[in-house]
Amino acid sequence: MENRRGTIRHTKLRAFEEIESSLKYPFCLNFYDKPPIDDITIEEFETAALDRLRVLAEIESCFARNRSFDEMAEVIKTICKSDRCSLWLSTNSASDKDLDKEREKDHIGHFVLRLAFCRSEDLRQRFVKAETTLFKLRYRWDNTEERQQFLNTRDFDWVLASSEEVQELIPSDPPTTYYKVKWTRVPDLVEKRKVILKGGMAYVPAAEQASIVFQAFQTLLEKALEATAKALPRLDEDNRLVPILDNLSKGFQAGVSSEWASKTEGQEGLTADMIDEMAYKHYPACMRNLHMALRRDKHLKHYGRLQYGLFLKILGLSIDEAVAFWRKAFSSIQDDKFNKEYRYNIRHSYGLEGKRANYAAWSCQQILMSNEPGPGDSHGCPYRHFSTDNLQSALLTMYSDYGLTSQDMPEIMNMVKQKHYHVACTRVFEITHSRQGVKKGEGVGAGESVTHPNHYAARSRELTKEEGKEGDGDVVMQG
Amino acid sequence: MAISDKQEIEPVTPEIMLAFYRRLYPFKSLFAWLNHEHVPTKLFTNREFAFTLQGDVYLRYNSFSNADELKKQVCSYNPTRFEIGPVYSARPRDRKTVRPAAFSPQLRELVFDIDMTDYDPIRTCCSGADICHRCWAFIAAAVRVLDRAIRDQFGYHHLLWVYSGRRGIHLWVSDREALELTDDQRRALVGWLTVIHGGKEMHKKVNVRAPRTPLPPSIQQAYNMLEPVFRELILEDQDLFASEEGWKALLQLIPDNDIRSRLEEKWEEKARRSSESKWDDFVDEVERDKKPKSNLKNAKEDIIIQYTYPRLDAEVSKRRNHLLKAPFCIHPKTGRVCVPVDPRTIDSFDPEKVPTVQQLLRELDKIAPSATAGEGAAVVEHHSDWERTSLKPYVDMLDKHVMGLMEETRKAKQKMDLSW
Ligand SMILES: [Zn+2]
Repeated sequence: MENRRGTIRHTKLRAFEEIESSLKYPFCLNFYDKPPIDDITIEEFETAALDRLRVLAEIESCFARNRSFDEMAEVIKTICKSDRCSLWLSTNSASDKDLDKEREKDHIGHFVLRLAFCRSEDLRQRFVKAETTLFKLRYRWDNTEERQQFLNTRDFDWVLASSEEVQELIPSDPPTTYYKVKWTRVPDLVEKRKVILKGGMAYVPAAEQASIVFQAFQTLLEKALEATAKALPRLDEDNRLVPILDNLSKGFQAGVSSEWASKTEGQEGLTADMIDEMAYKHYPACMRNLHMALRRDKHLKHYGRLQYGLFLKILGLSIDEAVAFWRKAFSSIQDDKFNKEYRYNIRHSYGLEGKRANYAAWSCQQILMSNEPGPGDSHGCPYRHFSTDNLQSALLTMYSDYGLTSQDMPEIMNMVKQKHYHVACTRVFEITHSRQGVKKGEGVGAGESVTHPNHYAARSRELTKEEGKEGDGDVVMQG
Repeated sequence: MAISDKQEIEPVTPEIMLAFYRRLYPFKSLFAWLNHEHVPTKLFTNREFAFTLQGDVYLRYNSFSNADELKKQVCSYNPTRFEIGPVYSARPRDRKTVRPAAFSPQLRELVFDIDMTDYDPIRTCCSGADICHRCWAFIAAAVRVLDRAIRDQFGYHHLLWVYSGRRGIHLWVSDREALELTDDQRRALVGWLTVIHGGKEMHKKVNVRAPRTPLPPSIQQAYNMLEPVFRELILEDQDLFASEEGWKALLQLIPDNDIRSRLEEKWEEKARRSSESKWDDFVDEVERDKKPKSNLKNAKEDIIIQYTYPRLDAEVSKRRNHLLKAPFCIHPKTGRVCVPVDPRTIDSFDPEKVPTVQQLLRELDKIAPSATAGEGAAVVEHHSDWERTSLKPYVDMLDKHVMGLMEETRKAKQKMDLSW
């Protein structure tokens, strides 16, 4: 520790030795030039990465949903501050916080995800975009003075343009301040013609100075990821890390699973005969599809039973009610066949048989990425696994009673086309709950997107409860 | 007369192509141009070449150790043309033996493609693949504007303009920094230079400023060059607003309903009114206009830009791995050589005067009968036969350009030596 603190100070932070002496991380902003070198546990490693992944995935879906930067700032701030992620970085003035601990977690999370996301061009690009956005947000949230101190510790290679130069290029009164950098350092400003170009130098107006910082962050990260990708084959030898990294990158591709997988926060006293109504009112399309298939065929294949059964468990269906539900649903099957083949599996999924594991309900990530459905299967994610035509008509069948119309389809199908399945699902949630006051962009609460079917259902029930109508609806049969 | 498919053109046979590659193609100059020095470096050895063979077979990822190897392969494939791609992190021909992650484009000249077909809505003399010295004036204006912008604004010096053999022109920028540009930076540069946006369905294609603000300085610079072009080319030569289609398109760009209907009435009545007079009618209206919030002066400038500003094929320039036809190839339809063009004399360049491959071979035969004629005759190397044909000034132009590149390389090396 001592050693490390000394190293950093002497290379980078000499200028601020006097101002910040007690902190390992003197600033909330970090360019992540150096990997963390303290020993960390596998749990710290995983938590820091997963929490950060949630934030990055939410940033991605903000882009997919075309949120303005202001809206995104609100959504991401809420998520960073939530207990689920706790990735909020306090400024130095917040004396009641363990600043080093917060910043170390940020540092570790960033580097773990680098390992996970350096492995393909596509992942690299997405990671860079999300991380650069997170940096931009923090830059905005940071205290102006501390931010300036941070900037002073780095060399951005900018030169203040002399007033003669400026007057010659851009005569104005009073003269504006311009910074001079190689144009290649600020491509985004060049593309939008927000600079003056002369001889390969870009004259950046003071108001756009932050762009130089962001571009530097992005360029540095791009290079670092490429270098990591080249070095990675050596890392693959550490087989404790590989599965975690694999999982993380899959999580990013599918939107991230929330803690819904294991929480049993369902309704007390949920019984088998309440499921039809529940399905009609509160299910996301994947579960609605499974439920409809079950009613139609009086049967579900293996993965369908698994996906739906675990969902029901988290929904709050007790083991006895679950057995009753499936017994009734498989109405064309004889008792002893049911007892022999299915009862065990249901009890097993509740952790009452076999190795008594408490199986988690599938997250959107798992539904999207594993056990791809074959021709006779009903599991999977309709947004991903249905043809465009089938998806449209299925969605209209499922949700037209809740206000979904064919006018909504182009927007939804466009998201699907761009492979933003959870975004499409979130949008459907918003539309079908607009009567309860859910507005576009609010998602399943605080702007979050759907990342777990149980989250979808729980939020839907919560909204109905808030309306004070839960329980007095009729039982509606679907079939 | 226009260069046209319908015109009688001597066919370019495989035999002609082979004789051209053997006796005339300046492989040594091409090598030096790509390599920036005499000893082969990765700039050449890791460079992708793609061949289009007779019958449209397309072979990608070829690479060569030196100019002789390239020449040998070209003579053996006898392609109708070949293209140049990026410098990869490994030799393209070895790409199957390296990890995919270790094979990616690293360096590439910054390239541009301007094609006459993009000018069809604003030219009256020809259309499609045809081109004549009259519509070449559009290309000439584009070359002057881009050449100036790239030198002044981006600070690049090593620009090679190459006639594409038929109806367009290519630009290759070989400055070290240009070679190193990432795709993002290329996209940004193209964005900076692109002014004409939107396809057929968009009337107004120029959107470079907020209402009632002056043109950005870089566009103002281009505008100053283009204003006289508009008068000479659009109004006088092409007489673009003579036809109803032409003047109706112009009306669409005028953002004032009163003026638009006044002009429409007038022009409908006097159908024969020349483009110049119609434009003067509009300019009179602009000058008379006293509405406080009027944007007409800007509209006038935007119209001039819309009718004259370079139309770029942006996709060609944005990505490092885009392939572009090599200089000195033969255009298969016209037989003309893709020769370098001097931007300073671009206005007097006449595409119809560019030598054809048949013409060059005839010139050569007059001096020395073809060595390829006799069956089984030893293949004599003719590295500098071009010196005795009308191809010479063009190869000289490339060689002079290459000298500039080599000088840069020498300076860079010297600097490195000193810094050690
Ligand atoms: Zn013409």
